[in-house]
Amino acid sequence: MGDFAEAFRTAGRLILEGDPALVAIVLLSLRVSLTAVALAALLGLPLGALLALARFPGRAGVIVILNACMGFPPVIAGLVLYLLLSRAGPLGSWGLLFTPTAMVIAQCSLVTPIVAAITRQLIEDLWAEHREQLKSLGATRLRAAATLLWDARLSLGTAVLAGFGRASAEVGAIIIVGGNISGVTRTMTTAIALETLKGDLSLALALGLILLALALGVNSAAQIASEALRRRAS
Amino acid sequence: MHGAPSILPLRLEGLVFAAGGTRLIDGITARLEAGPRTVILGHNGAGKSLLLRLCHGLLTPGEGRVAWSDHGLGPRWVSRRQAMVFQHPVVLRRSARANVTYGLALAGVPWRERRRQAEAALAEVGLADLAKRPARALSGGERQRLALARAWALHPEVLLLDEPTASLDPAATRAVENVIAAFDMAGTKIIMTTHDLGQARRLADEVMFLHKGRLLEHTPARDFFERPSTPEGRAYVAGDLLW
Repeated sequence: MGDFAEAFRTAGRLILEGDPALVAIVLLSLRVSLTAVALAALLGLPLGALLALARFPGRAGVIVILNACMGFPPVIAGLVLYLLLSRAGPLGSWGLLFTPTAMVIAQCSLVTPIVAAITRQLIEDLWAEHREQLKSLGATRLRAAATLLWDARLSLGTAVLAGFGRASAEVGAIIIVGGNISGVTRTMTTAIALETLKGDLSLALALGLILLALALGVNSAAQIASEALRRRAS
Repeated sequence: MHGAPSILPLRLEGLVFAAGGTRLIDGITARLEAGPRTVILGHNGAGKSLLLRLCHGLLTPGEGRVAWSDHGLGPRWVSRRQAMVFQHPVVLRRSARANVTYGLALAGVPWRERRRQAEAALAEVGLADLAKRPARALSGGERQRLALARAWALHPEVLLLDEPTASLDPAATRAVENVIAAFDMAGTKIIMTTHDLGQARRLADEVMFLHKGRLLEHTPARDFFERPSTPEGRAYVAGDLLW
């Protein structure tokens, strides 16, 4: 137990002192995950809304696959992306392997299905309610998709938050395509995995505490923003 | 609203709409002229709402046809000249005024004019003070008047209403009926369904009486209420339930 107590004390010290290595890791993690989630929202929200309103052969199959992709194993996403980006791979000439950009792409591909799948369900339910009225007013499906996205904005915040949860907690994909290089691609989750293996529990613990605090912080901020919006436009 | 060629009369020619092997609308032929307020009466399941949706183009008939006078201007133009108000008004999660300007935007009204036109429409239905209120926070009656304002702003030649007061209390019902009368005064053709006989007596100039998907009577309202010509019509006016 003495080791644990010691680890906690060191963790606290690292956080309070603002250890530069620690700060760099935290900032990179945030940059990668927030960028990935922003891109995933840009892709997933319209994709989900269009899928909700579109009717085409094989639609049910597409929805099943999309829903299944919400639980896509990060290590497999990482592996596939690794094969694409490695020097011998088809996108090897881009030179993206072991860069933060590769990590953003990896997380974006994990988060987009989550955002799209939840959006699809929400918008499809709204469409059932609004379809006749919107058709009566002369809205095209494309216009209706945009209208319903805006109408569902409060609930869609939850979809994006779920995506952020996935991105910030995932380690499998970014450790493969990022390589966990100190000062370049080391994030909170990859560092925790590495430091725990090396036996440096204090840094792992400090990062774990920060990760939990950040998750709590981002969700609280989202909650407050959503409450403010709800009051304004119920 | 005037000047453009009229989409009336509306001719329904042998309309059939079936679902699951049942003919829910069974061979309806009728002609609706500009002017008289048409009230479609009948029991639940008689096909009133279906008939309105077929007229408005929300449903496609299995047989027969809904013929508005399009003067070669196309179906899109025909639908622009109509507005529909539903039993449960669906409003968007934005302000009351923004719900009205949304309809104007879809109708192609230039951005600068939307706000003024929306406020005029809200004033018409008595919602001027609630323009900035979130539409979802309005009461049922206010929402239905908002739906009417959205229709009013579009200056439709024909207004279709599907049981517009079915879930409203008497005061809200009266407010809605007043707006319907204002549409009529402004020259809009009213086609509405109701199962409220009192409302039908107040509003109808002519009655279409449906029974099990068939049009049994299409007569001036006074004739229908005083001497219905079919046994089903007589029973309906007398308030009997027929199944």
